Amino acid sequence: MTAETLIKLRGLTKTYGKGDAEFKALRGIDLDIGMGEFVAVMGPSGSGKSTLMNLLGCLDTPTAGSYIFQGIPIEGLAKDQRSLIRRHALGFIFQGFNLLARTSALENVELPLLYRGYPRKQRHEMARAALASVGIPEKERNTPAELSGGQQQRVAIARAIVTEPGTLFADEPTGNLDSQTTVEIMDLLCRLNADRGISIIMVTHENEVASYAKRVVRVKDGLIESDVMNPESNPHRH
Amino acid sequence: MFFNAFIIAVREIRRNLTRAFLTVLGVVIGVAAVITMVTLGRGATEMVKAQISNLGSNLIVVRPGQGWSGNGAPMFTGTDVVAIQEQIPGIKAISPMIKAQAPAIFLDNIRADTDVQGVNIDYFEIANWKLASGRFFDDTELLEGAAVCVIGETVRKELFGKGDAIGQKIRVRNTSFMVIGTTHVKGQGGFGDDLDDNIITPYTTVQHRLSGQPTKQNVNQIMISGEDGYPGASIVADVASLMRERRHLNSNQADNFSVSDTRQIAEAMSSSTQVMTSLLGAVAGVSLLVGGIGIMNIMLVSVTERTREIGIRLAIGARAREVLLQFLVEAVTLSCVGGVTGILLAYGLCVTLAKVVGAPFLFDLKINLIAFVFSAAIGIVFGFMPARRAARLDPIEALRHE
Repeated sequence: MTAETLIKLRGLTKTYGKGDAEFKALRGIDLDIGMGEFVAVMGPSGSGKSTLMNLLGCLDTPTAGSYIFQGIPIEGLAKDQRSLIRRHALGFIFQGFNLLARTSALENVELPLLYRGYPRKQRHEMARAALASVGIPEKERNTPAELSGGQQQRVAIARAIVTEPGTLFADEPTGNLDSQTTVEIMDLLCRLNADRGISIIMVTHENEVASYAKRVVRVKDGLIESDVMNPESNPHRH
Repeated sequence: MFFNAFIIAVREIRRNLTRAFLTVLGVVIGVAAVITMVTLGRGATEMVKAQISNLGSNLIVVRPGQGWSGNGAPMFTGTDVVAIQEQIPGIKAISPMIKAQAPAIFLDNIRADTDVQGVNIDYFEIANWKLASGRFFDDTELLEGAAVCVIGETVRKELFGKGDAIGQKIRVRNTSFMVIGTTHVKGQGGFGDDLDDNIITPYTTVQHRLSGQPTKQNVNQIMISGEDGYPGASIVADVASLMRERRHLNSNQADNFSVSDTRQIAEAMSSSTQVMTSLLGAVAGVSLLVGGIGIMNIMLVSVTERTREIGIRLAIGARAREVLLQFLVEAVTLSCVGGVTGILLAYGLCVTLAKVVGAPFLFDLKINLIAFVFSAAIGIVFGFMPARRAARLDPIEALRHE
């Protein structure tokens, strides 16, 4: 485990509903993740892994317990303060890509920079650089409808890394992709982790995909079932 | 933050132009309707004012009877005219008018049914007549009762067409008149009557040659022009009391004549067209309001439709207030664009309709500004609710939305 702590969870609990309809999605999670780690979160559906991801990604607040992200206690933060954490420190990749429709790849990648208030010229430069680093510099004028699934996910990754965040959250990043494209996208994520030192926390239910990560955390019934280092992990094995 | 919201909003508008068009359509129509109604209304008011001033400025008319018909009431005499002129202060000019309805005939077969108006020389000034050609009659001709006449444009056209009217002889009843002048077009009067359909001749001529009863009470109207700056109301009151005295009316008898001031008529009519204008403007204003509700309606639908987009923005790190601002700026931008489009549309409509109606087109900066500011305000007011709804979305729920 790395010396510097990125994420520190203690007794993290999340409950939905009230009374009879109460449902405990997380029942007290303790977890430490260091800077620069590549962690796969696995588990069957209903295990609470999505809830955990939402909490880790500062999209939601826990019912109880503490979450410290880079030394900042997240559990007490208001909606807008969490937005600012996401804006400045986090990047998101989704299963369904979640690109803006009818919007060029370049404008999609520029989006986080707009909220950061960069001037136009700098936005263009940074967005082009990000598209180049994910390997599709020639697609900047294309809209999502004109791109393949793999290309769309590359645009989404470019959007996630354009602000140079320290941490990337990937929710089933290859769930909508064929096996060949999956390999390409996972290689790309591994390179980002190895070359740029970006911490990656990825939800997946495929062992093949999880094998790219250096550490695999399994969640079941709202608790951590296992937490193992992945000896086979080798980002450049292909 | 504001500039970025503007960029984001413009990109969103550009992304779906059909939706944008439908959103603003109501505002475009509303703004265009308000401006067109008010501009045309003002044009109509000006037209009415101009028509009434065509009758003569500062004109006071004394008619027999009450109201416009004056049925059966005694007419005036030449001595009434002299008495008014001599006894009442503030009168610049005064003229009797003796009317005769008779066709004018040129070359035995060209005929114009018209009014013959017997007047004195002052009449031309009182009624604001301008010559198109020839001359008015003079003192000698008035004294002699000479058979000369000045004809209106309508009569000139009917009798002579493109030919020269001056020096020609026309026949009215048994008298042959020489045309010595033609007048400039006045157009329609305030009541849609044709002011150019007349033959103007000395009143002595009408008395002696057309009616054949020189001594009888036969003055149909007395036309008076007040001195500049002298209050018309005071002349009206003085003439009325003098006429009551001359007609020996008791205090319990009503006037059997009427005295009216064209300026009063002009004010009454233009104020009634102004009321009309405000009414039409208000109705059009309602359509602008409906347009605003249209914006709200489509923005609300669009917030639901764009839930996932909002989720993406929130996940990326947009704050609630930034999403609110984006949607608000979108609504205001749309409604402003709608406002400008409406102003341009109204300009086209006003120019076209002004020609059709025959009213002058008067560009009214004030109403254009008001309509524009109002449409921007509509964007803020009706854009706020959808924007707040968008800003309150939960990022996780929004991202899950299909």
